[in-house]
Amino acid sequence: MKYRRIGDHTIKFMSLFFASLILVLSAGIVYELIKGSQDSMSTFGWRFIITSTWDPVSKVFGALPFIFGTVVSSVIALIIAFPLSIGIAIFLSELTTKTIKFYVSLMIELLAAIPSIIYGLWGLFVLAPFLQTKVEPILSKYLGFVPLFQGPPLGVGMLTAGLILSIMIIPTIASITRDIFDTIPTLYKEGGFAIGMTRWEVISKIVFPQARSGMIGAVMLGFGRALGETMATTMVIGNSPTISASLFSPSYTLASVIANEFTEATSKIYISSLIELALLLFLISMIFNAIAKLFIKKGRFS
Amino acid sequence: MDSFVYLKRRIINKAMLFFSYASALIGVVVLFLILFHIIVKGITSINLHFLIRLPTPPGEPGGGIANAIIGSFIVVGIASLIAIPVGVMSGIYLSEFGENKFASIIRYFADVLNGIPSIVTGIVAYMFVVLPMHRFSALAGGIALSILMIPIITRTTEELVRMVPDTIREAALALGVPQWKVILLVVLRTASTSIITGIMLAVARVGGETAPLLFTAFNNSFMSFKLDQPISTMTVLIYNYASSPYPDWNSIAWGTAFLLILIVLIVNIISKMFTYKKYSL
Amino acid sequence: MAKKLVIEHLNAWFDNIQALKDINLDIEENSVTAVIGPSGCGKTTFVRCLNRIHEVVDKAKVSGKVLLDGKDIYSSDMDPVLVRRRIGMVFQKPNPFPTMSIFENVAAGLRLNGLKKKNELADAVERSLKMAALWDEVKDKLYKSAMALSGGQQQRLCIARTIALEPEIILMDEPASALDPISTAHIEELIQQIKEKYTIVIVTHNMQQAARVSDYTGFFLLGELIEFNKTSDIFTNPKDKRTEDYITGRFG
Repeated sequence: MKYRRIGDHTIKFMSLFFASLILVLSAGIVYELIKGSQDSMSTFGWRFIITSTWDPVSKVFGALPFIFGTVVSSVIALIIAFPLSIGIAIFLSELTTKTIKFYVSLMIELLAAIPSIIYGLWGLFVLAPFLQTKVEPILSKYLGFVPLFQGPPLGVGMLTAGLILSIMIIPTIASITRDIFDTIPTLYKEGGFAIGMTRWEVISKIVFPQARSGMIGAVMLGFGRALGETMATTMVIGNSPTISASLFSPSYTLASVIANEFTEATSKIYISSLIELALLLFLISMIFNAIAKLFIKKGRFS
Repeated sequence: MDSFVYLKRRIINKAMLFFSYASALIGVVVLFLILFHIIVKGITSINLHFLIRLPTPPGEPGGGIANAIIGSFIVVGIASLIAIPVGVMSGIYLSEFGENKFASIIRYFADVLNGIPSIVTGIVAYMFVVLPMHRFSALAGGIALSILMIPIITRTTEELVRMVPDTIREAALALGVPQWKVILLVVLRTASTSIITGIMLAVARVGGETAPLLFTAFNNSFMSFKLDQPISTMTVLIYNYASSPYPDWNSIAWGTAFLLILIVLIVNIISKMFTYKKYSL
Repeated sequence: MAKKLVIEHLNAWFDNIQALKDINLDIEENSVTAVIGPSGCGKTTFVRCLNRIHEVVDKAKVSGKVLLDGKDIYSSDMDPVLVRRRIGMVFQKPNPFPTMSIFENVAAGLRLNGLKKKNELADAVERSLKMAALWDEVKDKLYKSAMALSGGQQQRLCIARTIALEPEIILMDEPASALDPISTAHIEELIQQIKEKYTIVIVTHNMQQAARVSDYTGFFLLGELIEFNKTSDIFTNPKDKRTEDYITGRFG
């Protein structure tokens, strides 16, 4: 080690310094979020999470409507996105030629590259009116006895938000799942063909069991993305802190309320409550992503 | 052998495969549908005035988004100036010196930060920069975006530098080149195209962000090049104009969206083409 | 003896590269046919064309006819799934299904075809494992993972899995090349025992093995079938100079 040059030490030290900034940054984020939530945390305590009032005038704040809106819209997105994503992954990994796979994968990745505000724009001006005039009235007419489909068709609301979110998370789930499917060795699949399995049987009985952990991870990652999504949701969810059983009802997510009301917040407790919502959002996303990554790592065929 | 069973297997197989093909088709159709609407609604707004004039009040024609275009470039520029050196150096550290416990912790937190909801970075930058400065600023916006960019660039740089084969490192060392030169001049140079592609993608990704800018860079109806003043950006402009009740402002929102997506898609397609050529698929 | 499999003008391609050129040959029922030749001669591609697994690979093409009991397996109304029920395959590297137990591996094919009754499945699994000479070694751990077995055992498990379906023909692509000599001997013994019930086509790069186990041998070189005859004749009296050179070790 005596012959280590100054250059070697410098580069190691410099790169280490910059890398440590990541730790400093992470710590800083958590610190600032907790500090900013102090007022709200000390005023409302744990009840903050289960209170459904959000009243800036009388200064009573509760996170429940936003937790509800965030979770429900993301669950709807997942229900729609899951089968489609797996279908796309199967198509790309098992059913096409290399060229088609390249171009279709590119297109799916372009879906991921579209900025979320543009999804919001499209959702507000194209999807919402379409749902309001063509889809929701039909659902209302034939399925209106189900609480899910009650209430006036507004176009914006939980359903629209769930739909837009599903489009946004399909690329995530599909590309990770496709990558995992690609790692399953052909040898095992051929073993399945050799005993007379159909293509679907090879996929469901050989590929799926081996890819299971990874698929769960991909789905969780997609769900985590949906939880944190801001602009697209804000523009189509209606921005009303209501808790309702209807898909047509407007709702509000943690990210949306912060985006809409942060600059308007006047009192200290208002701002602090919003920051506490940010802290909640941060924690929920982080936990989901961490667990998701564990599953994905476990799922790679080794 | 039961022929009913066989028939059932055939039907299920056909149905599932059909569903799979249909899913892929839906994905592609949705993409083109969205692009179609943006092009159709946005392209009519695009003209020279749009690009070089400042915004006018609603109802008054002839306005443009010049300040927003410049603003986006400035804010993304600030973010890049911070995030590229930090990200690339961190990536190099994790790849070349990163086999220890400390590095695993850094790697873990980089992954954690990768998933941070973008609105949270806005809040953090608000508290770090806007409050002390007592004003919204381009700088605050740039810092908010850099929080998003750093983990992306770190992880992609690490992966790409790792992919440089050890044989190249050993060949250089065997020629008597000191380690630091091996890293900077040999390894980095080999991975440079890919790293630049990764950076381009990160820049495109961050250029399309809105939430972090809502209460950091905020907005500005006038042209501004000052870093310590609020500044207009394309994404925030789309949000404000789309949410407004004025149809001509809504049109401007579509036009801006068209411009934005043009840039983002071009960057993404070029990057994918680079990868295609390099690995000659 | 009846001709079980008749191959007529078989050609095969990987993308633009032609791997098999105009192969014509007949496989006798209840015989063991060895396919020999140097690396890259097309012997693996040949057997993979016999159960239509060659076409599963991207950009693979086949032309010509393969007549199983007189019917062309490549005709447009033949479902490859049914072909592969009648023509089974054992691969060079053992490939038991990793997420299934030993029992499930053997039962997999039977379950697919609708066999559900517990006791019928158990009987069939026992029968197949006995025929594959693996029963005694695994009868106490049938529900353990198949991956816990040794290489030789895994390969015999794959053979059991194939036999469970009671195919008419069993294709073996260098089944012992990844195994140690003792396992190899097991497998060769196995082939002798089961050939009364099945027709076997075995690819091998080991000429002594071909001489030991087979009744007929086909020599392939660069995608062409050079010579096909009774094993004893090929090895003692080869008609083509290239066959003679390969057998005597002048190349290969």
